[in-house]
Amino acid sequence: MISVRDVHKRYGAVQALTGVSLDLHLGEVVALVGDNGAGKSTLVKVISGVDVADEGRIECEERTVRIANPHDAQALGIATVYQDLALCENLGVVANLFLGAERRRWSLLRHAGMERSARDLLASLDVRIADIQAPVAVLSGGQRQSVAIARALVGEPRLIILDEPTAALGVEQTAQVLDLIRRLRDRGLAVLIISHNLVDVRAVSDRIAVLRLGRNAGEFRTADATQEAIVAAITGAAV
Amino acid sequence: MSVVAPAPAKEVRSALAPRRSGAGMWPVVAGLAVIAVVFGSINNHFLSPENLANLALQMAATGTISLGIVMVLLLGEIDLSAGSVSGLCAVTMAVLHVRHGWDPVPAIGVALALGLAIGLLHGLMVTRIGMPSFVVTLAGLIGWQGLLLYLLGQGGTINLPFDGLLARLSDTWLPNWIGWLLAALIVGAWTAGGLISRQVRRRAGLPHHSALRLAINLATLALALGAAVMILSADRGVPLLLVIFGALVVATDLVLQHTAFGRWMYAVGGNAEAARRAGINVRRIRVIAFMAASFFAALGGMLAASRLAAVNQSSGGSDTLLMAIAAAVIGGTSLFGGRGRAYAALLGILVIQSITNGMLLLNIDSSMRYMVTGGVLAIAVAIDSLARRGNPR
Repeated sequence: MISVRDVHKRYGAVQALTGVSLDLHLGEVVALVGDNGAGKSTLVKVISGVDVADEGRIECEERTVRIANPHDAQALGIATVYQDLALCENLGVVANLFLGAERRRWSLLRHAGMERSARDLLASLDVRIADIQAPVAVLSGGQRQSVAIARALVGEPRLIILDEPTAALGVEQTAQVLDLIRRLRDRGLAVLIISHNLVDVRAVSDRIAVLRLGRNAGEFRTADATQEAIVAAITGAAV
Repeated sequence: MSVVAPAPAKEVRSALAPRRSGAGMWPVVAGLAVIAVVFGSINNHFLSPENLANLALQMAATGTISLGIVMVLLLGEIDLSAGSVSGLCAVTMAVLHVRHGWDPVPAIGVALALGLAIGLLHGLMVTRIGMPSFVVTLAGLIGWQGLLLYLLGQGGTINLPFDGLLARLSDTWLPNWIGWLLAALIVGAWTAGGLISRQVRRRAGLPHHSALRLAINLATLALALGAAVMILSADRGVPLLLVIFGALVVATDLVLQHTAFGRWMYAVGGNAEAARRAGINVRRIRVIAFMAASFFAALGGMLAASRLAAVNQSSGGSDTLLMAIAAAVIGGTSLFGGRGRAYAALLGILVIQSITNGMLLLNIDSSMRYMVTGGVLAIAVAIDSLARRGNPR
């Protein structure tokens, strides 16, 4: 669905990405792994429009597209859930779910329509929040993670990028999130997850792409790959 | 492809709980009641229709400036130049109108446009150069005051014609029947809005207020408006200035609560980075907020000039800015951004002007007045800080 071709990105003296390519398909979970500083976050920023690549191109359904800002990415059907969740703590759940994509009629907000969809969406994801109008600041960490993931679904995207979705969660919540990721795939979405946790990655992904020092360092079908081969690609050790 | 499940699950009734957003307005309303009781019992002229009508006139100008302050405070920014800008725009209007013989309407138009341009300049300096709004508007506070003095030149005072549009603005009192009609229309509009909203929510299967709750809210509104109209009618009638100020407050609040722009104001004030990632043009929101602040300041300057029927070197000076900021904060606008309503300007200025007015009636020195106002401001900020700390993060 989205293809990244030969992307370069430099921050001052740091060469963050060097000729990186990546293909993402509908109905497939791809895990992006690599050590700290391998360029995972930079690649995600380039795809989601937070940063613009210095060189290289991004194709969407065989056409070269320009993603200059998060809005361009949204328009292409790309949604991103950041590790820091990026929620507005002073706003309620509904306002956060529809932030930047508010439904309007005659330029007035459709409060009831948005709340209806929000409740249906949260119910379909099995997320329970007692007071949907309360500021997000009063929710628990797990609830906020759920709200952040639900929010990515509101724009009916085709590609969802999840940055360390299980990093701050306990065992049971992690299992729920992994289930949720499989459900996203079964709905036909392309999913890109970034994770340090190889156990989670192997449990949920179809394909694993490895970055090392800003370059492509191998790609595996999860079913065929051994843990050793993946670790070797991440660390750069000879197999 | 739809990600929305078909079956509406059992709704959680606790969604009817009131929105928790800081301390809300109740501390202010309680404070107003205390002020009314204290001053009313010491001096029986304080609650007289004549004095309350004067109070309404006195608060319109600074209250309008305070409305602009609310807009920047919502973003966690500040505008220290609002007083100077209000004076400068009033002087600009007076120079064009009186010295150059322009009609009042184009003179007012140019002055308001000047306000917008100043706000645009402030906004661009904050967003493009990255200067802290405190410094940008501090420079504005000094610089625009200087420009005011330059424009005013020798003489220092420009009197507005007493029979002119501007002077008449603050000496226009609505006939009683229009006052009552206005109150009835407002209650009617609120009733219709409440019923429609309730109906829409019910049809969508969402929790909604009971009819009783709605009726109590509307009865409270009707009582408050009715009491205001009745008291003011006993004097000279409802002052046009109060109607203008009230309409500005209500319109601003409707925009903040019911448009995407308003939602984005709160979002940028709450978490600018999250707003940016959601595709909101944060820069534009910031610039618009500064433009609104300066525009309301200019408008407040017009109202002040109208009330004085003159502009002079102290137009928009002395404690105008401080009272406008204090009013916004006392009314419940958070200095930390993201929390507050437009009604804060109305409630806050009502508190401050009541204190000022009551102390003047009691012939208390302004030294005392400043100390009391300062104390009230400190209490308001303390409540805001405690409410913020009380929010589990």
